[in-house]
Parts: sequence; C-alpha cells; structure tokens
Amino acid sequence: MSDFSSNYWSIFVAVVSVLGIVYCALLLWFSSQVKVQVHNPDDLTTGHIWDETLQEMNNPLPRWWLWLFILTMVFAVFYYIAYPGLGSFGGQLGWTSQNEYDQEIAQANKALEPIYAAFDAKAPEKLAGDPKAMAVGERLFMNNCSQCHGSDARGSKGFPNLTDKDWLHGGSPDKINETITKGRVGQMPSMAAAVGTPEDVRNVSQYVLSMSGSPHDSVRAALGQAKFGACAACHGTDGKGIQALGSANLTDKIWLHGWGEEAIVSMVNAGKINQMPAQEGRLTPSQIHVLTAYVWGFSNKSVAK
Amino acid sequence: MSLYAASKKIYPRSVEGIFAYWRWVFVAITQVIFYGLPWMEWGTRQAVLFDLASRRFYIFGLVLYPQDFIYLTGLLVVSALSLFLFTAVAGRLWCGYACPQTVYSEIFMWIERKVEGDRSARIRLDDANFSLEKLVKKWYKHFLWISLSIWTGFTFVGYFTPIRDLGMEFFHTTMGGWELFWVFFYAFATYGNAGFMREQVCKYMCPYARFQSAMFDHDTLIVTYDEKRGEPRGGRSHHADPAAAHLGACIDCTLCVQVCPTGIDIRKGLQYECIGCGACADVCDNVMDKMGYARGLVRYTTQNAMKNNWSTREIWQRVMRPRVQIYTMVLLAIVIGLLVSLGLRTPFKVDVVRDRSTLSRITEEGTLENVYRLQIMNASEQEQTYQLKVQGLPNIKIETQTDVVVAPAQSRWVVVRADIPYGSTPAGSHPIQFEIQAANTRDYVVEKSVFIVPR
Repeated sequence: MSDFSSNYWSIFVAVVSVLGIVYCALLLWFSSQVKVQVHNPDDLTTGHIWDETLQEMNNPLPRWWLWLFILTMVFAVFYYIAYPGLGSFGGQLGWTSQNEYDQEIAQANKALEPIYAAFDAKAPEKLAGDPKAMAVGERLFMNNCSQCHGSDARGSKGFPNLTDKDWLHGGSPDKINETITKGRVGQMPSMAAAVGTPEDVRNVSQYVLSMSGSPHDSVRAALGQAKFGACAACHGTDGKGIQALGSANLTDKIWLHGWGEEAIVSMVNAGKINQMPAQEGRLTPSQIHVLTAYVWGFSNKSVAK
Repeated sequence: MSLYAASKKIYPRSVEGIFAYWRWVFVAITQVIFYGLPWMEWGTRQAVLFDLASRRFYIFGLVLYPQDFIYLTGLLVVSALSLFLFTAVAGRLWCGYACPQTVYSEIFMWIERKVEGDRSARIRLDDANFSLEKLVKKWYKHFLWISLSIWTGFTFVGYFTPIRDLGMEFFHTTMGGWELFWVFFYAFATYGNAGFMREQVCKYMCPYARFQSAMFDHDTLIVTYDEKRGEPRGGRSHHADPAAAHLGACIDCTLCVQVCPTGIDIRKGLQYECIGCGACADVCDNVMDKMGYARGLVRYTTQNAMKNNWSTREIWQRVMRPRVQIYTMVLLAIVIGLLVSLGLRTPFKVDVVRDRSTLSRITEEGTLENVYRLQIMNASEQEQTYQLKVQGLPNIKIETQTDVVVAPAQSRWVVVRADIPYGSTPAGSHPIQFEIQAANTRDYVVEKSVFIVPR
C-alpha cells in the first residue's frame, strides 16, 4: 500500500539498490586489475617514499575476507528476491511486518488458549470470584478500557462509570457482553423544536432536575412538566429510561454529561451521540468473557464469590 | 588479485616457561568460571541467570530489572578503564592471557597437539598424502573440537535459560527453536574462530590491535627483542666466544618465530600483530640457558629502558607514573561507587502513571479526585507488603487500599484514587508525592506526580 501517486520513487530505490551490488562487483574487478609493484620483497615496500621517511607497504588482505565480501553480494541478491528491498516490490516470500505481528499474536493466543478455555467454562458470576481470572481481567481492562473509563473504571464526563448500578443498556452479564462486543451508540436527538421555545426548554430542564430530587425551581418545574411529553417518548413517562433505547434514567443522581440546568439545556438543544466502540475483532470472545465478569464484578461485589 | 593473498597456516610450536605457565593459569581461571557458573544454584533457582523473557537478571542474591541498566554501563566503564590501566602498564595483557579468542585457540591448539603432534609432526601430516592415519587423526581432532564447541554453545545459552532444564530438553529432544539455534550458532562461532580463524581475528577483525598504539607510551612494558645485545645474529659453536666471533647473543635459531601464534618475527620490533603472549620470550630464555648465555634476549621491557639502559628497579619506578596513578584512582573511585550503590540500593522501584483520560472528577461525596496507576517492582526474592501514602496538598488522602502485596521478583500495577476536599485547593496542576514504604524493611521510595484541580 503506497502513499505515493506515481511509481517513480519505488523504481529509484530499486535501481540504486541494484546498482549498489553492481558497484561492489565492479570494485572487486577493478582492484584486481591494479598491479601493485612490490619493490623490496624483504619489507614489502613499494619503493615510493614521501616526506623523506614515509613508505608504503603492500599487506595483502586475506583471501577469506574477499570470499566473505562476495558472499555478502550473493546474499544481497537472494535477499532482494525474497524480501522487500527493491522499492515497493514485496518479495517472493510475502513477508510484511503486519504479517509477522499477526503471527505473533496468533501464537500468543494459542499459548493462552488453555487458560482462557478454563475461564470460558465458568459463568461470569462465578468468574468474578476467581482471583486469577480477575487479575487477567484487570490487565485486560488497563490495556483496553481504562483509556476512556479510567484506571478505576469510574469514568468521567461522557464516559460511563462502570462501578455504579446505572446501566443504560443493561447490567446483566449478557447485556454487558453485548455492549463490549458490539459497542453502543447512544443517540439523543436535538429536542429543542419538539419541546418548544427556549423558555420551554429551560422549564423542562428544571422539571428534569426535580425528577431526581435535586435543587430546582419549583415554579418552572411545574411549567416544564407539561412539556415533558416530548421526552417521555424515549425516556418513559416515569423518566426512568427505556433500556432498549439506551435512554438515561432521569430520576437518579448520575449525570453522565454534566449536572445542572445549563448542561441539561444544552443536551436538549444540541442532542448527543455517545459511542462505545465495538471490541469484537480487537479482543477475542474469551477475553470479552473475562472482561464481562470483571466489569460485572464492580457493581456486584457482595454477590461475586 | 595481488591485493589479496591466501593466508598461510601457522603451526605454533609448543613452549614451556613462566609466561606459558601464566597463560594456562588464566585459561583455567576463565574457563572454570565460564563453564562452572551456570551450574551453581541459589536457593531454588540458578545463581547467575539472565532471564530475557521475563526481563529479570539474577546475579546470586541480586535481582536486577531492565531499569538497572546503569550498572551494566558502569561495568563497561570499569572494563574500559581497567583495560586502559593494565595496557598502559604492561601492554596487551588482555590479548595474550585473557581474551576468549586466545583462550579458546590455546585449548583447541592443545587438542590439536595431542592428536596430531607438535609443529614438525603437524606440518608433515598436512603435507602427507591421503592415508588412513591422516583421515583418522583429522576426524578425531575435528570431533573433539566440535564436541567442545557444542558444550561451549550449550553453556552460553545456559546463562539465559536455566542450564539444567536446557540439559533435560536436550536429552528429550524438546529444545525450543531459538535455543537450539543459539547453541549451534555459538558452537559454530567457537569452532570457526578457535579452529580455523585464530590469528586472523587478531590481525584483521579486532579493533584492539589497531588502537593499542594509542594506549602505549614509552614506559609501557612490552615484549621486546634486545637488538643491541642480539645483533649481529648468527649461528656459532656452543663453545665459541660470541664476542670473539663478532656475534651478538642471537643464534638465529628462529624458534621465536616458530612459537609465535600470529606468525611474526619479534626481532623486527613491536608489531600490531603481536598479542603479547610472551611465548618468544619463554623459548628464547630456554635457548639462552642451553647456550649458557644470560636470559632476557627477548623480554618484557620498556622503550625508555632500552634507550637509557635502565635497571629493573628504574623500570618499575616508572611503572607508577602519573598516567597509571590517575587510571588507578579513577578506576577505584568508580568501582567503589558502583559497589556502594549496589549495596545501598532500595530493593524495589515505583513508577507513577497519572490517568490522562480522567483529568479530575468530582465524586458523589463532593471531593475532588484524581486517578493514578502505580507500578511497584519488587526486586527482592521475598513477598513484600508495601504501604502507600500521599502528601503535598492539604487533606489529600488515598481512597483505595493502601496496603499492596507484591510477589517475589514481580511487578504489579495498582490503581490509586487520591481525594482532596472540594474547594480546598486552587485550580491548576499541583505537585504531590507518593511515599511507598516496604512493611518489613525500612526501605521507602518517593515518587512525584501531579494533582489537577479543574477550573
């Protein structure tokens, strides 16, 4: 896969590489044509004298050195045929660093198979109580999940806290597995038009605040309650959220995208798309199984044993 | 091609003498250490083991991590300085007595001498026509050489994989691909270098030969032919008086050339090929004894001594000259520094990695929280409990468990949450310190990090 739009540089590199070998051969041939006059066979000097005392000797290089040099040239020819070297020609053996990496991953996974097979045999609830499995889960989590969800899995603004009991898409082991494997896309559409005027949006925000028992303006909340119908379609008439839609429970104290009227107003006006990337293809099903147990174990500590 | 020439095989003649004796002492010392060390045990493991796969380097009681690389650097600096020191004093002591190329060539040549005989016998055998005797001798010699080479390769790999396990794998033919490769690679290198290449390595490959002249000075003891005493050379009757015959002490027996492993004539003076083995000095002393002349026609002496006719005492006075004293003192300082550092090192290391995705968060309890990962590396061979503390901001405390258990020679990542009361510290990035103390010993490590308070 080349980033260049023309073949020029590939051909340039190939030509220079080949010329390099040709040059080495020429160098050997040329130096064989040179006849060194050894004037004085006793001390092997050529007879020339510079600066009154500086003399030149001829100490022949050993023949094995010459043969090694020829060997490197032969090796280079075979190497260029077998491996990438002549520009973007990939080599007869089809080696790429990506292939080598894939092979190493496959080998590592094979070596780990028996360990994961033992884990696969257990249900996530039981696995959450297995210290070895949870150590593996911790490492998997650190490497793959902690970048968004934090090293302690408590998340931050926009990244869910995995240790609480609030599950937008379901907190059972099956649902957690599905979330990790297939990913999730949480979509809140912009509801400003459906709710009404900006005043209405503010009123509805106050009503939402009141639903969770947070400090709110009761007058505005009462006015907003009438406009909540637009929200109930996704969030449910009781505001507790609908799992199939992945809509938030507005009656709890968990505010993934920010607390307070301003945060809620901007959610209603602009909407939100929050994505959990799918991990299938990146992680094996066995690894996802261990991660499921690990994540489930956060909110079910007393049960997991 | 006149610029290249086939190298002529050199048949060094055997020699006995004080320098030859010391060469064999060093062969014994170096090889007993090399071949013996991997077999030593330390508790449940091999005493000296460089476990590349798990990245732990065990040297008797020491467990070294890749982070301890500085000690290897220190070792290399010590090696370089000691090389400068004893080269300044007595020339190519390394080459002649301790270098693996010399040592293995010595051993291989000893085997060759035992199988094929001394110099004349070997030359005759090589010139002889093909015969059963020649075939048997050659094959037996190569068989012994190859066996020793494989044992050497096996020992070398035994420093990286526990040698007893390696031996079991060898007998059950379950040795891993890479181990097998390295055993035979190193065996091939030993066989090739000590069996065939020998002085070619010293003459053409090793850089030491080329820069030795930069490390010598006029007070360096080198193997020297006393030209004033020896010339003019020539054969003479045993009873003749050399002075009357207008001859020097050198009888031109060419034994000094015959014993030389690099095939030079020391009577031409100091040459880069000379590895300072002293074989020529030994054999010349033997000849001088037989002739009834004084020893030392070829001996260790310095250029200044030759020029000024110094006595031995005067030579030794110059040995402790400023250059040598400075080398010695610097070397001593570095060696002591390294040993003290090793002795006083804390047997564990800690790295703090601040969570980047979660800059800061407000908890349900209303505190401000930052998340960290601490990598605690236990460099001892006992299980250790470490206590974590944090300081640097008012009322900062650790919310996660503060007692961490790490297995012997293992490292472990621990998630730490540090909390401060909301509003107690102004916005910005604040330096804090983690203090980690080993429960059993009084060792502790302080690592810096930052605590971020959002605006």
